[in-house]
Amino acid sequence: MDSAISAEVVWLTIFILSVFVGVEVISKVSSTLHTPLMSGANAIHGVILVGAVLVTGSAESAAALVVGLIAVVLATVNMVGGFVVTDRMLQMFGGRRREQPADSAGGRSGSTKATRQ
Amino acid sequence: MIPTWVQLAYLLAAVCFIVALKGLSSPRTARRGNLIGAVGALLATVVVFWERDIDHVLPILVAIAVGSVAGVAGAQRVQMTQMPQLVALFNGVGGGAAALVALLELAELGEAASLGEVAEFDLAATAFTILIGSLSFSGSLVTFAKLQELMTTRPVLFPGLPVAFGGSLLAAIALSVLLVVNPALWPGVVVAVLGLVVGVLLVLPVGGADVPIVISLLNAFTGLSVAAGGYVLGNTLLLVAGTLVGAAGTFLTRLMATAMGRSLANTLFGALKGGSTLGAGEASDRPVKSTAPEDVAILLGYAQRVLVVPGYGLAVAQAQHTLRELVDVLTERGVQVDYAIHPVAGRMPGHMNVLLAEAQVPYEQLKEMDEINGEFKEADVVLVVGANDVVNPAARTTPGAPIYGMPILNADEARQVVFMKRSMRPGFAGIENELLFEPQTTLLFGDAKQTMSKLLNAVKAL
Repeated sequence: MDSAISAEVVWLTIFILSVFVGVEVISKVSSTLHTPLMSGANAIHGVILVGAVLVTGSAESAAALVVGLIAVVLATVNMVGGFVVTDRMLQMFGGRRREQPADSAGGRSGSTKATRQ
Repeated sequence: MIPTWVQLAYLLAAVCFIVALKGLSSPRTARRGNLIGAVGALLATVVVFWERDIDHVLPILVAIAVGSVAGVAGAQRVQMTQMPQLVALFNGVGGGAAALVALLELAELGEAASLGEVAEFDLAATAFTILIGSLSFSGSLVTFAKLQELMTTRPVLFPGLPVAFGGSLLAAIALSVLLVVNPALWPGVVVAVLGLVVGVLLVLPVGGADVPIVISLLNAFTGLSVAAGGYVLGNTLLLVAGTLVGAAGTFLTRLMATAMGRSLANTLFGALKGGSTLGAGEASDRPVKSTAPEDVAILLGYAQRVLVVPGYGLAVAQAQHTLRELVDVLTERGVQVDYAIHPVAGRMPGHMNVLLAEAQVPYEQLKEMDEINGEFKEADVVLVVGANDVVNPAARTTPGAPIYGMPILNADEARQVVFMKRSMRPGFAGIENELLFEPQTTLLFGDAKQTMSKLLNAVKAL
């Protein structure tokens, strides 16, 4: 049972299935969301941080440690910055809807107009 | 052997990423999707410390803290207009990290590899990660420089560029093969350097208007290099996450290219064929009709149907809030006003929607191109604010133009067209707009924000 399928084929299977999932989940995106989607996908590949931690954690020379730490910093910037900036963009899409009922700006301009008349 | 619970946590993180991408494709779920993605990333970052014995834990945690502070600071401070270059920058550092990880792994593999204990396929994946990661790093930095206007936004060409590009790419592939046959660190370092050169040469000939497509493509590249890095490290999460981004990014790149009416090959290599040299990039001295804010106010105030075409110039001048006020006043007067949003208005697809959302423009007033294009015939006035290429009829009429084939807004079908422009300088694509010289067109020169305030006051005074 344990050697019924080779490790390489398991990896290849994961890869191929991920390709289909990746295309499938975003296939219906509207052009309005292209920018946040690109930015969000960008943040997800910041998960290379996991790889950076692994190689830095097994560094045996000072040089390897320094290079590894640089990789950790870069990957963290990618991941953390990516998620924060995507959230900032999306906040604006959502914020508009919540402020709709009590639109302070619209209400104010309406009342000034009334008093002027 | 990785502990089973760590592997399961990785699986959970991978599922988070899938749910995140799914959520990001719909306006209602986008924000929650992004948060779920962040939770998955956080989970992965915590459990990695239990995957195997990790030395240097303290320096690593400090490095993560430094990176987090830098990332959050950059993300919080950036102006919405500068969003595309920040995404490019984040993408670049991600690619750089992937390349460094692969180089370190190669240094570790080196000894075992010289004894023939490492599979060729592992080494090939390592070379791939180094090449694509460094390519993505340098390419993203060049796109950043172009968008930030640290360098010219026009295609940069020099004789021998195709040869230099092809030569460095072939050399990088040759050295990758050498690395597989004869594992050592130095070919890996050379592959990294060649990757940097290839990245620069790939992006230099791309014109400013096409840069967003390139960011998306490089984003997909970084995803693929992370996936290959995951294979090298034996980490399924990196493989799945990288592949997801690689596949979704490639698909998204194609969607964007379609929205601009270009093929990907044309975007990347069009300038090499001499297509984009048509634009002179110079201000024209042909006669145009210019007008005053008061005249435009009368035009707008007594119209029935007005369409606003906003562009990047609007956002640069930070005039979107004043524009919204103007539209509010016109609406109160009974004028029916809508915004016609071109899919690539701004500097990235969907960028203009973000900018107008920031100014709290109601979602219902934002009309996408396919929805609104039939209504330009009926419009009394079209107000074009800081946009140019997206209403340039050359996209329909001039086969040699860099934007030829791009679907445009039919502003030329309206009864009156008013352009608010800073100067006669051509748009981002660097070509002249014939619509400016048409009889129904008038121009209102000046800084968009100041002119917009004058216009607003003039309309209020009607």
